[in-house]
Amino acid sequence: MTSIDTGLAQVRTEVEVPRDAPVGTGSRASRILGVVTLVLTAVGLAYSLIISPPDANQSNAGRLLYIHVPSAIVAYVAFGVTALASVMVLWRKTEVWDLIAGASAEIGIVFTSLCLITGMLWGRPIWGVYWTWDARLTTTALLLVLFVGYVALRRALAGTANRAKWCAIAGIVAAIDVPIVHESTNWWVTLHQGQTVRLLGESEIGGSMLFSLLLMMVAGLCGYVWLLLVRFRVGYLAERVDEYAFDEAIAQRRAEAASQQRTAAHPDTPAHRDTPSDRADTHRIATASTSTEVD
Amino acid sequence: MLADAWIIAAKDLRIEWRSRVAFNQLAPFALVVLVLFAFALDSQQTVLAEATPGLLWITILLALVLCVQRTFVTEGAPGLADQLRLSGLDPAGIFLGKTLGVFVQLVALEILTFVGAAILYSTEFGSVGLMICTAVAASVGLAASGSLYGALLLGVRGRETLLPLLLLPVVAPVLIGATSAFQAALGTGDVTLDQAWRWVGLLTAFAVAYLLAGVFAFGPLLEDT
Repeated sequence: MTSIDTGLAQVRTEVEVPRDAPVGTGSRASRILGVVTLVLTAVGLAYSLIISPPDANQSNAGRLLYIHVPSAIVAYVAFGVTALASVMVLWRKTEVWDLIAGASAEIGIVFTSLCLITGMLWGRPIWGVYWTWDARLTTTALLLVLFVGYVALRRALAGTANRAKWCAIAGIVAAIDVPIVHESTNWWVTLHQGQTVRLLGESEIGGSMLFSLLLMMVAGLCGYVWLLLVRFRVGYLAERVDEYAFDEAIAQRRAEAASQQRTAAHPDTPAHRDTPSDRADTHRIATASTSTEVD
Repeated sequence: MLADAWIIAAKDLRIEWRSRVAFNQLAPFALVVLVLFAFALDSQQTVLAEATPGLLWITILLALVLCVQRTFVTEGAPGLADQLRLSGLDPAGIFLGKTLGVFVQLVALEILTFVGAAILYSTEFGSVGLMICTAVAASVGLAASGSLYGALLLGVRGRETLLPLLLLPVVAPVLIGATSAFQAALGTGDVTLDQAWRWVGLLTAFAVAYLLAGVFAFGPLLEDT
């Protein structure tokens, strides 16, 4: 072990890491959730694409709704979480909420795109057009663009001290717009079907079709939580990489300085000898240089 | 708060009066856009007349982006943000002042654009009262949301390209509302006067929401962590 490595090892142990901080992109819980999501999605797809009967009016095109509706719900949940987490960033000022807000917005974009694409593929045979300027479609499209802007802002602000706060404000300002956008587009006459599954009261679909839809919703929400956990961990580790690279650069300079001094003081001592006095020496120099840097 | 707002607005307008950037660049830009629309919808006077309300407001939105960029370029010089912070002015006042400055410039541009449309597109304005209310409500909302995003992007790299991406979707309801209300005022669409006043209500709600958001957000935005 060279003296540079000794200095590095020492600084590495000095960097404080919270005990329950993520050390990888997945934990046992997130891996189990991932497997559950995959199984649920596979079973859900089997039910919605093969086992359930084709829709009476829409035949097989109706099966797209088993993907469309759950992805719409997950998208709205994801953006709701971003808005909520943005409020929490301003209130509690913690990194955790900032990372959750960013992770949730990115996942929301994926599910909104999925929702719009399946909606368009469904609209073509059923309505005769891919796109129509109806309230819900337009609101969803604008929601997508609003949050693409939010994520672009996060990228642009990456690595700056104010990112969490500024992005939180941007997230809230974008969220304020959603009801206004919804209201304004709602005043246009709409082609869109009303809701078919109501939380209370009788529903218009039943049996294996309802089961397929609910299964896909559960799968979608599990998938959302799973992706959120993994994306959060990646975000957390990405932040640490920057800090770690900085600490490591400082440690390297210190260790170099220490080994040069030692070589000058004891030209006969082999560089690779790793004695306790060497370590103490390195430590003393490192501490001294820290205090000068702080000044 | 209002006194502080007045100081900032007067400063911005004085800078504008002396540099004449809006007058020399923004106003010709708005007219160029009007001419471009005429080229795009060439020779079909009916199409142009039908589309006029939307074209006018698209022109205003494009001008808004440039106007906000211009207003915050003057605050973007190194150290100026710190000086603004140290000036002791109320952050909410700074926001309202910035908004007022942008509002005044927008209204001037709107008057110019509408007169331009009257000449170039032969537009006949029916209900002037409705037009003025729509323009004022829309401009307050545009100026408030524009100032909020302008300040948010003050220190951001690549803010010139980010501003339109962030701002234009946010002001989409203003475009919808103002265009619909203008259809009634110009008599081009099938929007009735009753519906038009409802749209003015929505524009007012947008303006109030973004004025409040800015008043509360500007403090945390300006202070350093």
